[in-house]
Parts: sequence; structure tokens; C-alpha cells
Amino acid sequence: MPIVDGRIVMPPLPEGRVLPVVTAPAAVLAARCGEVDPVDPAVVQLAADLLTTQRVSPGCVGLAANQVGVGWRVFSLDVSAHPKAHTTHGEYVLVNAVVESATRNEKSREGCMSVPDFTGDVKRATRLVVRGLLPGTGEEVVVETDAFEARALQHEIDHLDGYVFLDRVAGAHAIHPRQTYL
Amino acid sequence: MTQSLAVTVLGHDRPGIIAEVTGALAALGGNLEDSSMTLLRGHFAWTLVVATDAGAPAVREALRHIEAEGLVVSVLPVPEAADTGAPGSAWLLSVHGADRPGIVSGLTGVVAEAGGNITDLTTRLGTGLYVVVAEVTLPAGADVAALADRLAAVADELGVRASLAPADSDVL
Repeated sequence: MPIVDGRIVMPPLPEGRVLPVVTAPAAVLAARCGEVDPVDPAVVQLAADLLTTQRVSPGCVGLAANQVGVGWRVFSLDVSAHPKAHTTHGEYVLVNAVVESATRNEKSREGCMSVPDFTGDVKRATRLVVRGLLPGTGEEVVVETDAFEARALQHEIDHLDGYVFLDRVAGAHAIHPRQTYL
Repeated sequence: MTQSLAVTVLGHDRPGIIAEVTGALAALGGNLEDSSMTLLRGHFAWTLVVATDAGAPAVREALRHIEAEGLVVSVLPVPEAADTGAPGSAWLLSVHGADRPGIVSGLTGVVAEAGGNITDLTTRLGTGLYVVVAEVTLPAGADVAALADRLAAVADELGVRASLAPADSDVL
């Protein structure tokens, strides 16, 4: 079972490397990422690298593959320690994830390592179902979540579609100079 | 006769500008209505509407000490027929990309050609990244798909990304 006691159980991964994070307006952030084979060793290594890079980046709760310059549909996520999170599924990586359903929109402020100078108010669903595959085994996982984990998942899947939060901001007064990380 | 006057105050920021301006207006019996202030890198800009019986010359005189302190003040009557509820549809134009001259003029020129009116605008320059968010009112019957295509084409020429989406207009 890929989910035990509400947490996604990740397959064993190789040792990850810390990769440099690219920032807008890098072209790789504006292009749609391609689907990949979740058991491909290069994808498994990327999963480990994303988690390692995310862990060493202060305030980082999620990282999409194109944020480290790779145009594949892979992202890491961990909102467990975030005060705005309600339901959380621990630290995980999903491959080829798609949004199954998204409801109950709310506006809230978010930031991004690839847009380091700004934060923005973005309306996103607070109830979300995402389906994806685990790296290494290809097991399917269905994540039903809410609140900040739902926001973070939509933010990462947007990256994989070539969008950053600046494409979603709610109005002319919804962009703010960044003060601190999320 | 009570008249609405548009007052603009511009200049280097310092503590107390708003207190002094509103104090002078209150002393004339003026009632502060809509206003919007912004501060960009130490430059202060405030535009406000005040309803008063005093008349524009008296308001100018009351604010003369503000001008003497190095601020620029203008006082103009608000047009009677000012249109506050333009018909049409509300849209949000979001643009970001590598900074270069001409991004705002190129894209807002496309909006103007389509008869669109910019009702709010923020531009921000970050490290190597330029961001524009404009709220746009389009006239009834505007060809939104054609405008979006033209914006995308001009954005492509400028090396930036532009998206046009309906503005949020939820009423609860």
C-alpha cells in the first residue's frame, strides 16, 4: 500500500544530490514537461535529487523537475511542517501527476524559489484529488487533500504545465515584493 | 455648492504627508472620499477625491504649505460625467519575462487598439525578471480571442509571456 496512516510510503531511493534551482525567465519554466517512465533509473535519481534539494532549501515545501532544469513531469512535496497545512501526506515525489478534481477556491499568498523577488495572491482549490505514480515502483497513488497541501500540489503541477504563480495572480495589487520565504 | 475635487500629491516621501494634507482639507470642511496612495522607492504619490464647498482655489491655497515643502500638488474638478461603471467585461492581463524596453508600451498598445481601457496597473522589476499585471475593461462585443492571439504574438516578439484571463468578479 503506497499510503499508510495517511502518509505516502516512498520506495527506497538512491542518495540525492543538491541541484541548482533555475529562476524565471528561464525557458524551461515556461514549457510543458513531458511524461516519463517512473521506474527509469534517471527518473528515480531525479526524485532523490529533488527531495535532497528541497530539504536543504529554507522554506521550500515543493520542487518541480523543471525548477532544476529538467523537463519531466516529476515533483517533490513536503508541507508537513507548514502552519497553513491541515491534511498532509508526508514527504514524497510524484511522477506524471494529474489533477482529478479541484473544488472550493480560496485566495492566498504564495511564493516560489524560481521567482525569488515576489510573492502573489493566487486563487486555488482547497479540496483536491491528485493521481500520480511513485518513482522506483510505478505504484499509483491517489492523494486526497486540502488547505496548504492542495495549494502546493497545484503550484507544482502548474510548473509542470509551464506556468508559474505570476500567470495566476488575482489582480494588479496581487503581486508583492518578497519579504520572507513562505 | 459642494463640489468634488481631485487632489494629487507627489514627491519624496517623509512621515506626516497624509496627516498634513488631510488636516488642511478637514480645516476647510472637506470630506475625503476615494483615495489611493503608492510608494515606489521613496517616491510618494497620492490621488484623492475630496467633497467640499470651499472651491478649488481655496483648496489650492490650503495646500500651499505642502508645496512649499517640495511636494507637487494639483487640484482639479472631477468631471460631472465621470464614468465610474464602464460597460463591457473585466479582464486580467498578466505578463512576465526578461526585462527590456517596450514591454508595457507594446502590450498596452494592443489593448488600446482593441478599445480596451486599463483600469489598474502594477509593474515590478525583479532580478532579471519584469512583471506586469493590468486590469483591463473591454468594450461590449470585443473579440477577446483575437485580442488574446494578438497579445500572445506581441509577447512572443518581446520575448515575454502574456496571458489574458477573466477578472475575478465573485459577488457573495
